[in-house]
Amino acid sequence: MSQADLTMEGHAAGLTAGPVFSIPTKKLAMWLFIIADTMTFAACLVAYGFLRNGTPNWPRPFHNITNVALMTFILLTSSLTMLIGLRSARAGDKAGAFRWIMITAALGIVFALLHIREWMELIDQGMTLFKNPWGTGLFGASFFSITGLHLTHVSCGVIALLAVGVRYKGGRYNADDIEVLGLYWHFVDLVWMFVVPLVYLLNLTH
Amino acid sequence: MTTAEEHKSGGIGKDLLVYVCLLALAGVQFIIAYQNIDAAQMFTRMLVVACVEAGLAMLFFMHLWSEKRAFLWFVVIFTVSVLLGMQYGWTDSFRMLVGSAPFSKFT
Repeated sequence: MSQADLTMEGHAAGLTAGPVFSIPTKKLAMWLFIIADTMTFAACLVAYGFLRNGTPNWPRPFHNITNVALMTFILLTSSLTMLIGLRSARAGDKAGAFRWIMITAALGIVFALLHIREWMELIDQGMTLFKNPWGTGLFGASFFSITGLHLTHVSCGVIALLAVGVRYKGGRYNADDIEVLGLYWHFVDLVWMFVVPLVYLLNLTH
Repeated sequence: MTTAEEHKSGGIGKDLLVYVCLLALAGVQFIIAYQNIDAAQMFTRMLVVACVEAGLAMLFFMHLWSEKRAFLWFVVIFTVSVLLGMQYGWTDSFRMLVGSAPFSKFT
């Protein structure tokens, strides 16, 4: 057998092998993205903790938790509606799946609007990227960076929900695509569970 | 997802149960925020609760529990290793308290 034959045989064996970890390629790609994105958020949160720990006059500007509690409730509920949408899609209930995906997108929009309203209130109180009336200017930079990165993810998720939902309804996407998008949406929810205690709750005025 | 996998991941009842648990754990974080304890203790307690929340969300909402065990371990070991690697510089943040971080002066 020639070297070329051996090489071809090797390629054929590679092509016939099953997918890595026996999961669909799209889902694996989304998981790899999520792992990479976890590192991004973790780096931001660790850097934030590092600065907060090393800065004596760190501000505590949050007086009440109503807004952040409501945002948390909305995001957690949107994860549940996403799951129900996926179950409907798996059951072949196309109209039901579309409806639940649109509800999830609507909850994402409400979350984003509440977030922007909170930003506006802080900006009205004099908080910018580099200074604020309460303490070190680093607070504004880290707060807007972390919550802004999360808000960007939510906004992208809403756009993806609308696009995938419409295409699913049109028959171009199937339940597997909804599952892959669901992974992303749950990840956004998961990140919020770390942002809330570190960025909001540890900076409450007592 | 096949029928067997669907069965393994549980029905809508399990999703609702996990959702309620996540809401309750989020509530616990808010309660911790109003406890009269020092920042280090508060941080530790909140982080533990957040890790439990993240674990529940990954295992049941993201269906990691229904995937192959090899994949579950790949995700967990890889992610935890990198996250632990990021904890290397904490002692340096305490050193900054003495000299103060750059641009940290209140103006």
